[in-house]
Amino acid sequence: MLKHNLRVTAMFQRVRQMLIKEFIQVFRDPKARAVIFVIPCFQVLVIGYAVTTDVKHVATAVYDLDNSVTSRELTARFVKSGYFDVVASLDDPAQVVAVIDRGEATAVLHYDRGFAADLRAGRTAQVQLILDGTDSNTAGIVLSYAGKIAEDYSRQVLVSRYRKSLGAITLPGQVDLRSRAWFNNNLESREFYVPGVIVIVVTLVTLLLTSMAIVREKEIGTMEQIMVTPITPAEFIIGKTVPFALIGFIDVFLVAMIGIFWFDVPMRGSMALLFGGTSLYLMTTLGVGLLISTVSQTQQQAMMSTFFFFFPAMLLSGFAFPIANMPQVVQYLTYLNPMRYFLVVIRGIFLKGVGVEVLWTQLVPLGIIGTCVLVMATRRLHKTLA
Amino acid sequence: MNWRRTRAMARKEFLHVLRDARSMGMAVAIPMLMLTLYGYALTLDVDRVPTVVWDQSQTALSRRLTAAYHGSKYFKVVGYVAGYDELERDIDTRRALVALVIGRDFAQQIDAGRDAPVQLIVDGSDANTATIAMGYADIVNQTFSQELTDKQALRSGYEAPKIPLDLRPRVWFNPELESRNYIVPGLIAVIMMVIAALLTSLTVAREWERGTMEQLISTPVRATELVLGKLVPYFVIGLLDMCLAVLMGRFLFHVPLRGSLLLLFGMASMYLAGVLSLGLLISILTRSQLLASQFAMVLTFLPAFLLSGFIFAIANMPRVVQIITYVVPARYFVTILKGIYLKGVGLEILAGPAALLAAFAAAMLSLAIVKFKKKLA
Repeated sequence: MLKHNLRVTAMFQRVRQMLIKEFIQVFRDPKARAVIFVIPCFQVLVIGYAVTTDVKHVATAVYDLDNSVTSRELTARFVKSGYFDVVASLDDPAQVVAVIDRGEATAVLHYDRGFAADLRAGRTAQVQLILDGTDSNTAGIVLSYAGKIAEDYSRQVLVSRYRKSLGAITLPGQVDLRSRAWFNNNLESREFYVPGVIVIVVTLVTLLLTSMAIVREKEIGTMEQIMVTPITPAEFIIGKTVPFALIGFIDVFLVAMIGIFWFDVPMRGSMALLFGGTSLYLMTTLGVGLLISTVSQTQQQAMMSTFFFFFPAMLLSGFAFPIANMPQVVQYLTYLNPMRYFLVVIRGIFLKGVGVEVLWTQLVPLGIIGTCVLVMATRRLHKTLA
Repeated sequence: MNWRRTRAMARKEFLHVLRDARSMGMAVAIPMLMLTLYGYALTLDVDRVPTVVWDQSQTALSRRLTAAYHGSKYFKVVGYVAGYDELERDIDTRRALVALVIGRDFAQQIDAGRDAPVQLIVDGSDANTATIAMGYADIVNQTFSQELTDKQALRSGYEAPKIPLDLRPRVWFNPELESRNYIVPGLIAVIMMVIAALLTSLTVAREWERGTMEQLISTPVRATELVLGKLVPYFVIGLLDMCLAVLMGRFLFHVPLRGSLLLLFGMASMYLAGVLSLGLLISILTRSQLLASQFAMVLTFLPAFLLSGFIFAIANMPRVVQIITYVVPARYFVTILKGIYLKGVGLEILAGPAALLAAFAAAMLSLAIVKFKKKLA
């Protein structure tokens, strides 16, 4: 009994020493301290401000050969919608090419002579909208805005024509579409992306730190020193993962705070669930980090391997590109991606305020993947260490 | 500066790269992987949005509206619900992104000539998809209303109606609005940054950590020679990646290359020289591979990805962030790439960004040389 106790005490001693060593190593360098805590903040600020797929104030040039009250009125409708800003009036077809080539305007509204006359005579009047298609996402959205403005205008003219010629008949009513976006009333892209940054930051920091820290010992030869100490592989793994898990939690907290207090992203769900989900997810990232360290000889290799895992995981997670739009085969593949589940959990907690009763479908696979990866990693690491 | 010493330095670095076959392989594989993913799997386009319908009206007209949604290529009706609770559950569990709620008196209102409200509830957590879905719904409803009006007018003896206003959109450079065409050229800029971030940022720090820097210091090699020698192998890898990317873009994804190939590679070389020097500078300043990797992420990869206009249009960013993008070299390179690829323009229009790229490359290279000290700590 006493012997057993002594052994346990010794183990705790060793783990403690290992942890102290790791903490010293990570935080010794003031640059490292800055990197670990400033970089996540920087990332969330950049992403919070830069990542927006909202399209407003499209730079528009007007090439109006008709120059009539009607054509000017239609242009005014485009401006009034808030989506189009007139930046130039052109009077030469060469200028149309020039403004688009130089990127000074994304759209050009082109009225031919006779536009107003056509409309007055009951013929179909044409307006041309030239769009710079180099950014296809923006162009697609602009196109649907313009289509709506034109249709609205068309309908008004048509209804007044019917009324004039048919007198007081009852025309059928219109479908009056009232759209409401749940969870994000103003459709701010920020609210969608900022919670996602938590996932990106945690993944990258814990993966890189774990994999590189172990390989570093191999690379500079201190691994041999560790191996001659009485420390067991399990204690070594604990020592190498606990500090990074802690950093992961701190980063989650930092990014969440910036999101909530700086960007006003709503936090509708439970903070406890957020950290619970994070713990499940950290099992995976730390596990993958350990796995990478077992197959890498140099930090360069560890870093490359980390990104080899990170890029596809990020791109196929639904962080920016909806999974529903991917080809079916790729969609099946995403079920293996732990990031996918964690993203749904995070967004569910932040934006929808849902709890375990809805999110268990994500938490369970997250736990399973985490356990598998961690078991695999410790097995492999045991082999390399023993 | 001595050419022989520079060459020897480059040769040593080449051997480093070649001996580490795995890193080398990944330096080629990562760009390929990204290109393939972006080319095939990733798109911000939205189609067939899963939709549930709560039809309280249950009339021929309401069913026609539902059919109009389902028949459009934008929506896919995945089910009907009978109440608010069910609707809420379907959106919470992401079974549907959109719910269409048709009121009880929908048909009566329309027949009486009044506007009948129809509610569209959208899961706004993905703002981009939600915006696009709402735009689609507008189109479906407008077409539906227009058809009703036209039919009534025809019945009342009005001759076949003519649309008063015909908006003719013409999308230049990318008429089918293929996201591939705009993503693939931009991706080249990101890929080159990745090479810089992943490869060069570690190369000097590694020598310090392993202690081989002391050996280098004891040789007569000068800072300029060392920096240039270190750059050459990664420059070659970068150009190799560039070639592969251009070939994949051309033959796999059929992205048109309308401008001059020569200009493309000239610009790429300049950009590459700049970003590789930046990677090297990071390595020189941090002297630790762990730190260098983190800095490289933030200073090279992240801005190239987010602030270059690669996917997220700069014009939509807040003013302050727009100003910041002026110091992001990838911004200029993305402009140049899209200009050459899609617009087919030449140096006469791209002179501005090209000059800035050259200035960036020169600044980074000289900074790396100045900052490299042949001294122990």
